[in-house]
Amino acid sequence: MEVLLIKIEKRNDVSRSIYFLTPVLAIFLTLFGGGIIFYILGFNPIEALKFFFITPISDLYGLSELLVKATPLCLIAIGLSFCFKSNNWNIGAEGQLIFGGIVGGGVALLFYNHDGFYVLPIILLSGAIGGMLFAMIPAILKTYFNTNEILVSLMLVYVAKLLLDYLVVGPWSNPEGFNFPETRQFSESARMPILFDSLRIHAGIFITLISVFFSWLILYKTYLGFQIKVSGLSLKTAKYAGYKGKTMIIIVFMISGACAGLAGVGEITGPIGQLHRNISPDYGFTAIIVAFLGRLNPVGIIFASLIVALTYLGAETAQIFLQVPKYTGQVFQGMILFFLLGSDYLLFFKIKFLGLKKNEL
Amino acid sequence: MSFDLNFIGILIGAIMASSVPLILAASGELITERSGVLNLGVEGMMIIGAISGFALMVVTDNLFFAVIGSMFSGLIISLIFGFLTQTLLTNHVATGLALTIFGIGMSAMIGKNFVGIPGKEFPLLFVNLKESIPFLGPIFFGHSIILYFAFGLPFLTNYFLKKTKTGLVVRAVGDSPASASNQGINVSLVRYSCILYGGSMCGLAGAYLSLIYTPQWIENMTGGRGWIALALVVFATWSPIKVLIGALIFGGITILQLHMQAVGLRIPVQLLSALPYIMTIVVLVVISRDSRKIKLNTPTSLGQIFYKEK
Repeated sequence: MEVLLIKIEKRNDVSRSIYFLTPVLAIFLTLFGGGIIFYILGFNPIEALKFFFITPISDLYGLSELLVKATPLCLIAIGLSFCFKSNNWNIGAEGQLIFGGIVGGGVALLFYNHDGFYVLPIILLSGAIGGMLFAMIPAILKTYFNTNEILVSLMLVYVAKLLLDYLVVGPWSNPEGFNFPETRQFSESARMPILFDSLRIHAGIFITLISVFFSWLILYKTYLGFQIKVSGLSLKTAKYAGYKGKTMIIIVFMISGACAGLAGVGEITGPIGQLHRNISPDYGFTAIIVAFLGRLNPVGIIFASLIVALTYLGAETAQIFLQVPKYTGQVFQGMILFFLLGSDYLLFFKIKFLGLKKNEL
Repeated sequence: MSFDLNFIGILIGAIMASSVPLILAASGELITERSGVLNLGVEGMMIIGAISGFALMVVTDNLFFAVIGSMFSGLIISLIFGFLTQTLLTNHVATGLALTIFGIGMSAMIGKNFVGIPGKEFPLLFVNLKESIPFLGPIFFGHSIILYFAFGLPFLTNYFLKKTKTGLVVRAVGDSPASASNQGINVSLVRYSCILYGGSMCGLAGAYLSLIYTPQWIENMTGGRGWIALALVVFATWSPIKVLIGALIFGGITILQLHMQAVGLRIPVQLLSALPYIMTIVVLVVISRDSRKIKLNTPTSLGQIFYKEK
């Protein structure tokens, strides 16, 4: 009997090409895995995947929708990349998004029936500040009380959701809204400008692109970015170099909170136009996948956000054409992350095939 | 007066029932975390347990198979997490999140054909005693067997961790995988087992929801209970008995908010719902402030990847 001998060796250095190729591998494996799942459920896998990934973006409206969904995802993921690069596990971006939406939405309601070019910038700024302040809670607790930021940021997601629920049901609900859990529609001055008639794509995309540029600038061209990267690679080195760890933790949380808050306020002033219970289909959680898939790299994150946005659209199309639940998108999102993390193994380990050998029993 | 007392008894019984999924999932996760593995996939494993339990009940018409099957499917899905984190050495936090996202999606896909099917009546024990004894009857009797199991589990877990050799091994692996490994303990094997055990308990917790508590299948029906269970483990500072107490507090708040409107109290329901989360943060701050205290309680290697050079 012959057996295949395999030897697994630790790599001494991480190859850059593999580093950016594994996400592509993960996407292909996900398509393959998704095809198998569709097959098991009794669909023609090729057809089903076509409905999922091709049909949604085969017209102009679809492409615009793709960008509408990628806009917040990319922005949040950019912010998260600061946290993840420095080994700070902010997984509560969903809460920061909602809180940013609440603060921005509150200001928008204050400016109800109020015209002026300054209205929208004030709303956007207050949303960003809201998200930033909300993200500072886990940061300050981590730096001064040594608490685990994963759990605190996560718990705060639910606090933010419940606060939003309270506001739209109670004090902020539309007085002429027949007790529906929603606020008034914001006035025109508080809405993101739409870029093309009859499409939903809005000016928020520029905010995202500007943020991508600045994050690249900070991460790769400033001393702060260098400090963030060093702390992520080795906390001991960072300490030895005398970096102010506490200040840095608070700064990265502030950046990522501001991005999430801005994404939230961008949603409510953009496609939604009011506050209600579900202002985000878990963009804050999904953005974590985007950040990883993009390798925490600003350009990578742009591509990753488009791919993950497509899973949202695909789920909507598949819901109509295949009658599968809208949660199907999450199957693909989960699988992408599984395969991506799994294929990281190839970064650190070399698998050597030593050829066939006679097995002596 | 006796009527009021009986009502309080029924209320306590209801609180106990609502805390069962939290006790089961948190006790499972506690063992996983004690071995040094942070599995954020509790919510995903619970929802998978919920749908597979319900689906098996509908298909086989046998509640025993349904319960066992839910535990088995929780175990299978946690195997994905185990393989990734232990064999492929992936990051615990990211993998756990992926597991939750995947689980919610997968359960909805499987459950598509089970929406709207009514559940089956789950046999309750000592129903006659429940009705004949005022106050104490509704507290102690008329529950499902899973509830009795859940209330015994924290004590069993405590005994396991503190008094048995295997429990000691689990704690050793969680506190110092390197020295445990030097003692000849197979760290990866211990962690795999703890992950699978945690998965099966989360599966059971989900089945309790879909077979007994709600009894039907609703998309996303765990509704964040998995995250509360995770918080509960920290809230209890990794002590099984405190998990029981914490679960009763969290369950109590759930029941309280249901009765709030009936009683006519004017506190917003959302504030009450937010209390468990806010309380967890407060407890975290209190136990983490003193670095000695947290070192005593937290499994030292929690969430860290252990790689043994071969």
